[in-house]
Amino acid sequence: MQRWQQAEVLLIGGSAGSFKLFFSIVKHVDVDINKIIILVMHRKKNFFSEIEKLFSEHSRIYIKEIADKDVLQRNTIFIAPANYHTLIEKEGYFSLDVSDPVWYSKPSIDVTFDSAAEVFNERCVAILLSGANQDGAEGLLKLRQAGSLTIAQDPSEAEMAEMPRSAINLGAAELVLSAEDIYKLIRT
Amino acid sequence: MKVQLSGITPEELNELTTLVKEVHGFDFSDYGKASLTRRVSRIMSLKKLSFYELKHRIVNAEGFFQHFLEEVTVNVTEMFRDPNFYRSVNELVVPYLSTYQHIKIWTAGCSSGEEVYSLAILLREAGIKHKCFIYGTDINTEVLKEARKGIYSFRKIKSYTENYMYTGLKGSLTDHFTIMYDAATIHSELKQDTLFSVHNLVSDGVFNEFQLITCRNVFIYFDNKLQERILDLFYHSLAPHGFLCLGSKETIRSEAFRKKFKVINSKENIYQKIGI
Repeated sequence: MQRWQQAEVLLIGGSAGSFKLFFSIVKHVDVDINKIIILVMHRKKNFFSEIEKLFSEHSRIYIKEIADKDVLQRNTIFIAPANYHTLIEKEGYFSLDVSDPVWYSKPSIDVTFDSAAEVFNERCVAILLSGANQDGAEGLLKLRQAGSLTIAQDPSEAEMAEMPRSAINLGAAELVLSAEDIYKLIRT
Repeated sequence: MKVQLSGITPEELNELTTLVKEVHGFDFSDYGKASLTRRVSRIMSLKKLSFYELKHRIVNAEGFFQHFLEEVTVNVTEMFRDPNFYRSVNELVVPYLSTYQHIKIWTAGCSSGEEVYSLAILLREAGIKHKCFIYGTDINTEVLKEARKGIYSFRKIKSYTENYMYTGLKGSLTDHFTIMYDAATIHSELKQDTLFSVHNLVSDGVFNEFQLITCRNVFIYFDNKLQERILDLFYHSLAPHGFLCLGSKETIRSEAFRKKFKVINSKENIYQKIGI
């Protein structure tokens, strides 16, 4: 797919039921993917999860939990930290924000997707995975309107269908793909 | 008239920051644009204001600017947010502070006071609170009123108790509060020797010399240039070997300032001033 090849950014959001998919995606990412990869997962504060460590052990490329003002760079997987929203600045770096949760979530997928829509336009591929609420659906719509290639996981196979289904109902998803097809896309 | 419910352009944001600076003297021009845009859009959407109406109110409506200031700056805070930070302060900073006769502390961007009182509780449990004076400053007068009261909802205290549990401190958070119905009031001895006052990091200067400065989750709203300016303010406000604590995701990036501070804890971003 030409749009996949040309995209500079791969942006993925997910919540309940998406962990295994994130893990598989991270494993499938090749060293020469040449994209900035940003993952937003709903995570609990004070739950000192070892996600970054676990992912690092199984990834061929560099994994970084986002700190404020980190510079976006290719061939790196950036993970949104717990208890902050992650925003993207036009100058090419991340900004964090501690304001109220959105959809009971901090990080919120909508917040990052909205801000990505302002910056990346058609340079981005965004995927919304399984989840039990509507976070990310509106953000995905904004990305689609901004020209990004937007993808929702097929709700019929998602562990929690609500999140991708909300996106599809809003008309936010240009493609609806199974997990297998998402892995395939990432490997091309 | 068509009311734009969300989203303002970068040009409109510039126009707004210039207006606010000229009319009210608050300078947001070096704030991070992504968050500022989101905050301003949110106010417009909540109040159902067009960009034109927003500008008009900022200039003309009595009291609106104070409200705007409160909404545009983020005032979300918790007691014992990032429990590992408090654990590190207790283990790495308190032993050093204990050697002083008088300890002056500044919490910059204190919002409704949760961080000031968290420190007060930690210092009290460490047995050195009586030697400490804590200044809490913020640019919002309204949140400072909340801070002075020290009254928090019981629902919040429940979530703060969870944070406290992870700090490794030996006491119990509720020992420091009087709980009545759904409100918890911090004990008056913890309010003793605290002072809450207005201070704008962008425009105000050094006002005292401190052994410890905490400024957590404030830098995230500033661009790199402004962060550096405020690091300079903190550097000059610290006593020799004084400590600076930034948020858990905020590091000193400037080369010049990396040389002026020693890293005490790289994960929690606790620094110590080198030299005088």
